[in-house]
Amino acid sequence: MAKLHVETSVNGEPTEFLCEPHTTLLDALRNDIGLTGTKEGCATGDCGACSVTLNGRLVCSCLVLAAEVSGQEVGTVEGVADAETLHPVQQKLLEHAGLQCGICTPGVVVAAKALLERDPNPSERDVRFWLAGNLCRCTGYDKIIRAVLDAATEMRA
Amino acid sequence: MSEDRKFRWVGTRPIRHDGIDKVTGRAQFGADLSLPGMIWGKLLRSPHAHARIVSIDTSAAEAIDGVLAVVTATDLPDDDPKVADLARNILAREKVLYHGHAIAAVAATSAALAERALDAITVEYEVLKPVLSLEAALASGAPILDEARRPKDMEDTGPTNIAARCEFSRGEPESAFAQADVVLERSYETQMVHQGYIEPHACVVQTKEDGLIEIWCCTQGGFAVRSLTASVLGIDTSRVKVTPSEIGGGFGGKTTVYLEPVAALLSRKSGRPVKMVMTREEVFRASGPAGGAKIDLKVGATRDGRIVAGTARMWMEAGGFPGSPVQAGAMCIFSPYDFDHLFIEGFDVVLNKPKVAAYRAPGAPQVTFAIESLMDELANELEIDPIDLRLANAAKEGTQLPYGPRFKAVGMIETLEAARAHPHYAAPLGKNQGRGMAVGFWFNNGMNSSADVHLTEDGTAVVVTGNPDIGGSRASMAIMCAEELGIDVEKVRPVVADTETAGYTDVTGGSRVTFATGWAVIEASRKIASELCIRAAKIWDCDVEQVGFSEGHCLPVEGSGLDHAPLSVADIAKQMARTGGPINGQAQLNARGAGPAFATHLCDVEVDPETGKVDVVRYTAIQDVGRAIHPSYVEGQIQGGAAQGIGWALNEEYVFDEAGRLENPGFLDYRMPVASDLPMIDAVIVEVPNPTHPYGVRGVGETPIVPPLAAVANAVMAATGVRMQSLPISPPRLLERLLGAGDV
Repeated sequence: MAKLHVETSVNGEPTEFLCEPHTTLLDALRNDIGLTGTKEGCATGDCGACSVTLNGRLVCSCLVLAAEVSGQEVGTVEGVADAETLHPVQQKLLEHAGLQCGICTPGVVVAAKALLERDPNPSERDVRFWLAGNLCRCTGYDKIIRAVLDAATEMRA
Repeated sequence: MSEDRKFRWVGTRPIRHDGIDKVTGRAQFGADLSLPGMIWGKLLRSPHAHARIVSIDTSAAEAIDGVLAVVTATDLPDDDPKVADLARNILAREKVLYHGHAIAAVAATSAALAERALDAITVEYEVLKPVLSLEAALASGAPILDEARRPKDMEDTGPTNIAARCEFSRGEPESAFAQADVVLERSYETQMVHQGYIEPHACVVQTKEDGLIEIWCCTQGGFAVRSLTASVLGIDTSRVKVTPSEIGGGFGGKTTVYLEPVAALLSRKSGRPVKMVMTREEVFRASGPAGGAKIDLKVGATRDGRIVAGTARMWMEAGGFPGSPVQAGAMCIFSPYDFDHLFIEGFDVVLNKPKVAAYRAPGAPQVTFAIESLMDELANELEIDPIDLRLANAAKEGTQLPYGPRFKAVGMIETLEAARAHPHYAAPLGKNQGRGMAVGFWFNNGMNSSADVHLTEDGTAVVVTGNPDIGGSRASMAIMCAEELGIDVEKVRPVVADTETAGYTDVTGGSRVTFATGWAVIEASRKIASELCIRAAKIWDCDVEQVGFSEGHCLPVEGSGLDHAPLSVADIAKQMARTGGPINGQAQLNARGAGPAFATHLCDVEVDPETGKVDVVRYTAIQDVGRAIHPSYVEGQIQGGAAQGIGWALNEEYVFDEAGRLENPGFLDYRMPVASDLPMIDAVIVEVPNPTHPYGVRGVGETPIVPPLAAVANAVMAATGVRMQSLPISPPRLLERLLGAGDV
């Protein structure tokens, strides 16, 4: 079976790749495009480690077919920081020790950034429910939530 | 040995050295490596929980274009009894012992092709009745998993599913119960649960033409993977090199091997690097969860709250092969308390579930659920405050443990007093709310560690150890090196190295890395400080005894008569070549004296009387950590352990159907706590220095998962009047009890 040719944009850069019809966006990013920052924790949309944005909207890349992103804009964790500066969410995660093993962190970064773009002033409850789709088994979430709230404060200032 | 000193870096919160890589997606985890020519390996797994393997035919799979290798257990040697069980767990030989047990593996040019090729393998089974509970395993006439096995340390009763027995006793408990005013006798039960690390097991393995094997994998111990893989393959340890990737959680579950020896075989047959990555479903079905347990407990106390005697019998699920942590559980159950008469007996029981692995304080959460639930009931019965009851019996320096030794300085009393003084303990409760507390104990471990510290010509330092950094340990290593050398913590580069670069070190586990590997870092750094003094003596042309080292500088000792401006580490580093060459420090130890860690947890819950759903609304976790090197990561361990314990208490359990198939092998149905399930967790650090360690460090990581099971259950009791002696306290289970509460 011939592979599909997909032209898309990843982190603002024009990108093209070949994939099988059943290939997920997650697998295309990791295996075909070589962006391994997006992680697979479950491949069933339950853990959020593969969070990316599609035209600005937060999605689980394991639940999107790679062929679907033709002509769309994909945002991954690799596109969050500028060349020289971390995004406030990344910086605050470091300052608050909001990561231990770090496997959920790319998903948390992408999801939290998407939240703060929608709602610059979320409550603790808002952050907890928004990030309810991002499983973390190390931290008990405490320091992640504090980091996101602190990033929100800094971004509003 | 612990020093009373003023620290510059210990106790501060620098940003972890690997942090930027981890927030930008740059860090390479197990599944992130690809090599030129790499192919994909997949495992065929048993559709039966218990069956004899009659035959395996792989010829059709081998004939598929693009399939480059197929292996089964017959490709492994079978001459080392020490790894017979491990090898059989990796690839089943005579029998399959749980649903999902690996039988054969295929490597092909794509993952999808490897998956399809598995369907072409034909296995003939003689299906046997599965054994799916402790009760069924112990029943007379039960199907026996291994007819030839006889239990260790036990009279031979013929074929049995009991793999081992242990016993600890002191005094005359049965006669001592007569001295008690109150005797409570209760049974408790917990279910099989999973560590729930977010990163599935993954590896890339290359077996080269000369037989050398290079492994990249996510593991808690590169050296453990090296020795286990070599043993299973029947080759010299030095033929295997392991590079540990970054690791996406482990909690004990990544201290053994599943994929690596199989990938090595596939690579040997195909000549290609082979990548294997488990799916989440495979992780649940066929990695190493923690076994369920049944605990029969009897404790007697006087009216004034002194425990006089206790007995405990416990059975723990080992899974398909022996090896539950029942002995650790038996050693833990009465360790928080000081009383004379006890008897503890434990049984390791095999049954048709996945072979268990370590999970954070292995064995302790289950038994502590029992003893701390009973202590809560005892406090109610005696009308004594639960903290006072524990204080009246608390282990302290000099208390003899049930297994023999006596405690050195420990902080049980200090954590209890901190709990009583915490505003949480006196805060008012709302409707349908209740408060519970529980203590927890864990031994902690020392074991083997090595560290190399290399001084750079600009006065910075590189710290090399072999312990994968699972929760911020690079930062701890850097802090300890910076403390000894008196240089900025940012000027230390901590490195996690492969098994041919770092000196031998045991796994990142047992709460041992900051304690033992950190101790090696301290010793290696001190060797550098000594060498710096030798170099300064050369520069000053004086005796080394005339040179001291303080706060990052060599300086003339008082009374030496020398008059020189102090030389900084950087000053001397610049002159290394002229004063004798490179400056490196190396240290190794088999660390003894890991200080045990006690914790006291306070938990408030709110119970929905209509659904039985329990929400944890406030949680405080207080722990004696000896000395917090990086307090943020210490708090993180405490918060994360508490969250896992809350999950264990409330929702997590393996659910099997009657054929032994796991019915909830995914995160949707195996319900771990998510962010919206939890409140902030107030982690309170108590520091009772470990007298053995130079800085007073105790292990931290495991103890926090010990108290929550009972703390939550005791809070549910306080909120509802229902005492749950079987976990999890999931809505349907609690609702059933709430609706029938009048009858209890």
